[in-house]
Order: sequence, then structure tokens, then C-alpha cells
Amino acid sequence: MSSEISTGTSRVKRGMAEMLKGGVIMDVVNVDQAKIAEDAGAVAVMALERVPADIRAEGGVSRMSDPDMIDAIRAAVSIPVMAKVRIGHFAEAQILESLGVDYIDESEVLSPADYANHIDKWKFTVPFVCGATNLGEALRRLTEGAAMIRSKGEAGTGDVSNAVTHMRKIRSEVLRLSSMAPDELFVAAKELQAPYDLVAEVARTGSLPTVLFTAGGIATPADAALMMQLGADGVFVGSGIFKSGNPAERANAVVQATMHYDNPDVVAKVSRGLGEAMVGINVADIPVHHRLEDRGW
Amino acid sequence: MQPVPTIGVLAIQGGVREHLRALELAGANSISVKTREQLSGVDGLVIPGGESSTIDKLARTFGLMKPLREARANGLPMFGSCAGMIMLADQIVGGIEGQESIGGLDISVERNAFGSQTESFETGIVVKGIHEPDREFEGVFIRAPWVIEAGESAEVIARISVGPHEGRIVGVRNDTLMATSFHPELTADPRVHELFVEMVMNS
Repeated sequence: MSSEISTGTSRVKRGMAEMLKGGVIMDVVNVDQAKIAEDAGAVAVMALERVPADIRAEGGVSRMSDPDMIDAIRAAVSIPVMAKVRIGHFAEAQILESLGVDYIDESEVLSPADYANHIDKWKFTVPFVCGATNLGEALRRLTEGAAMIRSKGEAGTGDVSNAVTHMRKIRSEVLRLSSMAPDELFVAAKELQAPYDLVAEVARTGSLPTVLFTAGGIATPADAALMMQLGADGVFVGSGIFKSGNPAERANAVVQATMHYDNPDVVAKVSRGLGEAMVGINVADIPVHHRLEDRGW
Repeated sequence: MQPVPTIGVLAIQGGVREHLRALELAGANSISVKTREQLSGVDGLVIPGGESSTIDKLARTFGLMKPLREARANGLPMFGSCAGMIMLADQIVGGIEGQESIGGLDISVERNAFGSQTESFETGIVVKGIHEPDREFEGVFIRAPWVIEAGESAEVIARISVGPHEGRIVGVRNDTLMATSFHPELTADPRVHELFVEMVMNS
């Protein structure tokens, strides 16, 4: 028998993200919230110390969460636990891998640690998800070894408009590639600032080689349904649930709307009686240098 | 039975797309199943990988659990991979509070038994009953469950052959139900899906 055991392969990393499709991943800051998320049918939780809305309000440098806090959440739930590291902070990623988290988000929501380089994600057994605002950025992250892509949106605002922009942009750039003549792909790769081989693969298959989730400003069941209809494979909800009036009900509603995103009767039904949505901030009112979407390169 | 069976993939959450493709490759028509009406029109059903606690919760919320159990009791062939194995198990170990299954396979299954994602792995697996059974199947295990115990009516068709978990049961079947801990839908090898299509044709 020639069999052996191989961990950390691209197939198990990307496959893990495939199994999250059609699901909702929720930001949680403590054990109680993690249990509410699991109970509502979340497919995973993102453990962090402050949700993006609070990071935005409080300011200061935002870093990887305390390992004790991550351990407590891992012990409390049996669904996958993700956690965030600063862009380029490979030592934080080494710590999270050592803790045994299921996925790492190299996230623009935290303060960047490296303004030139992202983490070399091929070196890790644990898979990474990264944000993107356009196809070139998504392909650069895949080149560095990301196994899952999400739109950046504008985290902590409850304003879905940037998530919409990013999702439409990525989708239209994929469509554009798939309609190009083969000899045009060389220049397309140059313009996207992405490796030719990946560009050619996207052109041939008509899709990203990994799942594409949406994130950044999703606050209501209707937001989730909107993003799924725009082609998202699944939904990250950050501040939208636990900054709202009735988190448990809203968590249930977003999960149900994500499954039945194409059935307005269901989305209407679950949208009733949810109480206050999170108090939002219009992206347009945020000074440009405070926008998180511009972090990452 | 019509010559080309129509096999549904339960489309609550998870690896739906991959199973739809794999079923077509194995010679079946495939459709997504989200409602009771769609369920009543299929000759067999695949329960995909995903998060078993989510699939269970939403199946109950949208009134699918009862028709799924009735369909299974009436002999509708079903194949579950990973979370789908948990959904077909009579007993779940390590489920969330109140987690239920469709049941039907006389097995006890432990959820996330191999560990967290850093423990997810690939290994060659010999699967009984598929074409060219001596040629190993690429077993892709992602936060996978294993079968702690299989009762008399559940035939073991696959075990881990190397490493610290050597001998663990990762594939079982009876006349109409089949379940694997691994994800054949993430490979280009159609043999496990072909076996299920044969089960559907023979039912």
C-alpha cells in the first residue's frame, strides 16, 4: 500500500471553504455570543476582541486576539473557529496555527503590520481567507496562498454599498476575462497585476479557483440575500448581529435568508420583528484615510 | 426505473455544486433540493458535506426533516459525505445540544473526530464495491467524522489504512443508504458516485 497522510494540501484548504458555502460566518467576542451563533446555525465563528464597529469607534492599534479568549471560544463551540491576524504579521499567524484555529483571516480590519507584503500563506498548514476589492487583488492573495476570498466591503459600518461594489467588480472582471481572446490575456494579466497562469485559469473556467464570500457592512437578512444574488458563495457578518437590538433573532434571520436568498417570501418572513438594526455609518461620511478597504495591496 | 435516474442534492448549505457535477459525471441527472416538492421528484438524494449542525437546524426550521425521514423510511436511496454521514447516522457523538439526524444507518458517528482543520488530510482509501476496487480512491478528509461503531445491518466499505488512525471506519452502506467520512465530490474520480447511481438504479 503506497498511501500516506498529507495535511495542509490545497485541496483540504480550499475544500474546507467549499463546505462553508451557503452559510454565515459570524464575528463573536465572547463565549455567549459564540453559542448564540452556533445555535442560530452559523457555519463558523470569527473570534475577535472587538467587532469592527468598536474598533472604528475606539481607534488605536488593533491586533490579534488574546489566545485565552480564542481558546475559550474553541472550547465552547464545535463549529469551526476562525481568527484574524494583521496584514503581513506572520508571527501572529504562527500563534493562531499553534492554537489550532480552523481558518485565519489576514484582515484589513486590524491595523496592518506590513505596508508592502502580505503573509506567505503557503508556509502554513492552516488555511487563510483574505479580503479583496477587485479581481487583481483576489488573484494576488491566491498567489500568496490564500484558500478563500471575501469582498472587503467597509467593515463596521452596516453600509452594504462597498460590499456590493467589490462583488460586482470582481464578478464583472471575471466575465470580462472569460470573453477575451487568448492573446489578450497577457496584457490583462499585466493590468490586473496578477500572474498570467492564474489569469488564464480564470478566463478558461469563468470563475475564481476558490470560493468568494462577501463581507463588510452586511446588517440585515435583505443585505445577505442581496449579496448572495450578486454571486457571493456565503456571508461574513461582523458587527451587524451583536450590535443590533436582538442578536439571537437577527442571527437566525440572516442564516435563514442566506439559505433562501432567492425566495423573497422567506426573506420577507424572517425580516419581521427583528428590533433595531445596528446603527450604521454611511461609508461616504468616513474620511478616506479611515477607510479599511484601502488597506492591503 | 427510467434509464437515467434523477438524483437530488440537498441544498441547505455546503458542497452542493460539487455533488451536482459529480453525479452528472457518474451518469445521472442532478438537481438541487431545497423544498418538499423538489424532494418528491427525485430517485435518490445526496446529502453533501457542510456544517452538520447548520444543515440539521435549517432542515427542521423549514419543515424538511419529516419528509426526509419519511422518504428514507420509504426506501429512497441516500448518500451522505462528511456532514451527510452525520445526517444519516442513527447516533451522533459530539453534536451540538439538541442536534438531530435523518438516521437510517445503524452507526454511531463522532463529529470532527479527526480534529480541527490543521488535522484535515488526504490519503488513499480502498473502497469496497466501486469499479476497480483495488485502485485506491483519493480520500479527502476535512474536519471529518468517523464511525465509532457499525451495527450488523451496516456494511463497512472503507477504513483508514495508514497513520495514527489506521483501521478507523470511514465508509459504510446498507441496501439503500451509503455514507463516507471523506469527500469524493472534491475529486475527479466518479467511482463512489457511480456506485451510488447503481444503488439508485437497483432500488
